[in-house]
Amino acid sequence: MTDGWVMVIGLEVHCELKTTTKLFCGCPNMFGNEPNTNVCPVCLGLPGSLPVLNQKAVEMAMAIGTALNCEIRPSTFHRKNYFYPDQAKDYQISQYDEPINVDGWLELPDGFRVGIERAHMEEDTGKTTHAGVTGRIHGADYSLVDYNRSGVPLVEIVSCPDLRTSAQARAYVTELRSVLVATGASDGKMEEGSMRVDANVSVRRSADDPFGTRCEIKNLNSVRSVGRAIDYEAGRQIALIESGEQIMQQTRHWDEDASRTVMLRSKEDAYDYRYFLEPDLVPLVPDSDWKEAVADALGMMPAQRRARLADLLRDAGNVTDARTEQVATVVDLGLDDLVVEAIAGGIPTALALARTANEAAADPEAARQLDPGSFVTLLSMEAAGTLSSTQAKTVLAELLAAGGGDPSAIAREKGFEAMSDNLLSVTVAHAIEGNPDEWARYCAGEDKLAQVFIGQVMKSTRGQANGKAVVAELQRLRG
Amino acid sequence: MTPPRSALGLAAAIRNGEASAVEVLDDYLAAIDAHDGEIHAFNLVTRDAARAQATIVDQLVASGGDPGLLAGVPVALKDNLCTRGVPTTCSSRILDGWRPPYDATVVTRLGEAGAVMVGKTNMDEFAMGSSTENSAFGPTRNPHDTSRVPGGSSGGSAAAVAVGFAPVALGTDTGGSIRQPAALCGVVGMKPTYGTVSRYGLVAFASSLDQIGPLTTTVADAALVFDVIGGHDPADSTCLDRPAPRVLSALDEGIQGMTVGVLTEFLEGADADVVARTRQAAEACAAAGARLEEISVPEVRLGLSAYYLIAPAEASSNLARYDGVRFGLRVDAEDTMAMNTATRSAGFGAEVKRRIMLGTYALSAGYMDAYYSQALRVRTKIIEGFERAYRRCDVLLGPTTPSTAFPIGAKVGDPMTMYLSDVCTIPSNLAGHPAISIPFGRGDDGLPVGVQLLAPALAESTLLRAAAVIEAAAVIEAAASTGGGRT
Repeated sequence: MTDGWVMVIGLEVHCELKTTTKLFCGCPNMFGNEPNTNVCPVCLGLPGSLPVLNQKAVEMAMAIGTALNCEIRPSTFHRKNYFYPDQAKDYQISQYDEPINVDGWLELPDGFRVGIERAHMEEDTGKTTHAGVTGRIHGADYSLVDYNRSGVPLVEIVSCPDLRTSAQARAYVTELRSVLVATGASDGKMEEGSMRVDANVSVRRSADDPFGTRCEIKNLNSVRSVGRAIDYEAGRQIALIESGEQIMQQTRHWDEDASRTVMLRSKEDAYDYRYFLEPDLVPLVPDSDWKEAVADALGMMPAQRRARLADLLRDAGNVTDARTEQVATVVDLGLDDLVVEAIAGGIPTALALARTANEAAADPEAARQLDPGSFVTLLSMEAAGTLSSTQAKTVLAELLAAGGGDPSAIAREKGFEAMSDNLLSVTVAHAIEGNPDEWARYCAGEDKLAQVFIGQVMKSTRGQANGKAVVAELQRLRG
Repeated sequence: MTPPRSALGLAAAIRNGEASAVEVLDDYLAAIDAHDGEIHAFNLVTRDAARAQATIVDQLVASGGDPGLLAGVPVALKDNLCTRGVPTTCSSRILDGWRPPYDATVVTRLGEAGAVMVGKTNMDEFAMGSSTENSAFGPTRNPHDTSRVPGGSSGGSAAAVAVGFAPVALGTDTGGSIRQPAALCGVVGMKPTYGTVSRYGLVAFASSLDQIGPLTTTVADAALVFDVIGGHDPADSTCLDRPAPRVLSALDEGIQGMTVGVLTEFLEGADADVVARTRQAAEACAAAGARLEEISVPEVRLGLSAYYLIAPAEASSNLARYDGVRFGLRVDAEDTMAMNTATRSAGFGAEVKRRIMLGTYALSAGYMDAYYSQALRVRTKIIEGFERAYRRCDVLLGPTTPSTAFPIGAKVGDPMTMYLSDVCTIPSNLAGHPAISIPFGRGDDGLPVGVQLLAPALAESTLLRAAAVIEAAAVIEAAASTGGGRT
């Protein structure tokens, strides 16, 4: 960021809801099927067809609103009128001045709260493929439209212009994604388009200045492009202002390959959507029983999950930056329940967290399926010194790969029996013989030289020895 | 031709085996063959499908089954009601070649009640008009005087029932499109309360105003058809969650003790002969024991202006989907946008284009509040005006149209004059209330006059009881007068 300049960023996130059926008809809501197979008169916009609101979609929208601390209000649907081939009715049914969720907030992991202006429901469009050199509708040889996505339920989450850096914007999208997944409303797959981000960006010379003229950037399909596009766009605006030009309100397109934004349309070309109340639907007025039922069914949100682990760390007197990062990782991957169960099973907090954040996290899909009981058994063996940490990691990898099993049995199969005390004594004695100088210094009080002997023992036993047992033997010999 | 038979009478005869559905159908098809070349009530006669349906009805009766309340009754459908696999044109070029993959809910319900669908009737394109002259397939002629219009937009349905092509037709009423042609053709036409009949499968003109209803030769038939087609439909979110109506059984309860309000504003612009018939209908109500009252609802004067903003606004959005992409007409051009424009330019007629432009304008940024939003406020005022009237009256009475049928071509060059023929019918659509037109004698020109009854939302039973009283008086009137025979 150029010195002295301040960005103002607001994000609009479109989230496809994971309902079984579409928003206004009974067609399957599925990604990746043969084109135009999940369609009916309603989502094709055939004459005479009428929309009927999907109750499950409303519940998911309410769950999102609840998770984002919004007020859930009586709401209405409007028609947003514009011609486009993938818009089956040539209007989109959307919520306009009376959205279902308003005035909420999302807390980022660092504690910063981003205001949520609204989170409203609307239907998705079909998908157009333009054949020809341009890949755009103008100049296409022909266009193909797939209406499988037409009428898929969306919730559009509009943040307040509270974000000030691209890093903050990235953190917001990451956290929002976790929240949406946690509500069960979204699969959070940005690469499949189930989450799409538009960014409103403006710049000003100081935080005391009024907001500058903003540009809206479309087509941000990953957390990384959100950050890159915002930085590019802010730089473009600053350069313009510094060269004495004015920012024109525009809608711009992020070109990922060229790493720049290009103009789609200016404010003068903005559509007049002619919003009016959708006469084919009736107002949606969720009563308090329904709202409560949705809130009751809602599981813990990522912030609550992080707080739960942070509390356990604090109780154990184990708070460090590295561990806070591990907490964020396990929550993000949905593995925090595993950590909590391990701690409840008597595993030291740091060990439970480390094995989850470092080793289990390598295969989060499998780790989420892992039986917490066998995880606890394994970590108990490691904590008791029955297994070395190297051995414990190997057994854990095996457990994840096999989709479960008995850790003791796996350890036996691998030959990870703890070494006999006798063999350990012989091996340690052998290491002392080979390093007489270090042994003398160790005996004189240089405790850190224990690492030399541990290294030797590990080398000669190919990692089979337990580090703690080696240290105990060294201390016994030192007397 | 044979005098029209009532649907009630036909269904009873067919259900008890006195008449055959196939023979009844053949009588009506013969009438269509003989006269529809002149009248042009139909866009399409579905002869074979009708015969198949009638055969099933006869077989069911023969095997001791009951085909339903409309057993073997031929029904004509306005061509904006979707029929599975059968062209549904809205009398527009833009739906050229389109065959809906589904039946409208009302079509399904008629079929389940044993009705036999004889064909699709002509209409003003997309139901926009009051004369059926705005059809892409040419006008329908009024059976009482073929140089005159049958009214519109359900002109084909009204003419079909009037001339005896079918005892029952369905029409749709957005601003009077059932009642006005019913009046001009001398048949009964009823617009039910908004939300009592499913709109699923009705090709939308103005969604908040459109309602499907019957055109019949008797009030009892209108009640019967309403009982069959009405009731909740989960496919239409605006359809009220109420049990199916049962108004037929209460039809003969009379109107003793009711208050009938004669609506002053509806008499204001009406021709003297039409006013005279309306007064006679009011006297008939008084003779049946009702109390008469002159009542004014000044707000209804604003109805026409509000309607010609709200209906076109909704239409401009409803008709956007005719873009050449998915169905119907496509006029190729160099790119998609040009194809949209070429298709819509070629496919829509002048009146449809006029209303799309009017509606687009009324919803545009900077104009919306002055036009569309203002019209919605007027709509609320009209509802309030009616509420006031219904605190004193059970039903309201007035003419259906200011004058009798006008000559073909007389008003096509002057849209405003044409729009004025709906001045008495529009307020019920804006309020969502039920209303019915009952033939009541003739005008000075010998053409049918319709009088209109209006009632509060969901008061169809009251409405039809009063309509039955006026109908009975009209029959006596016709018998008493000379030279009142049908042409």
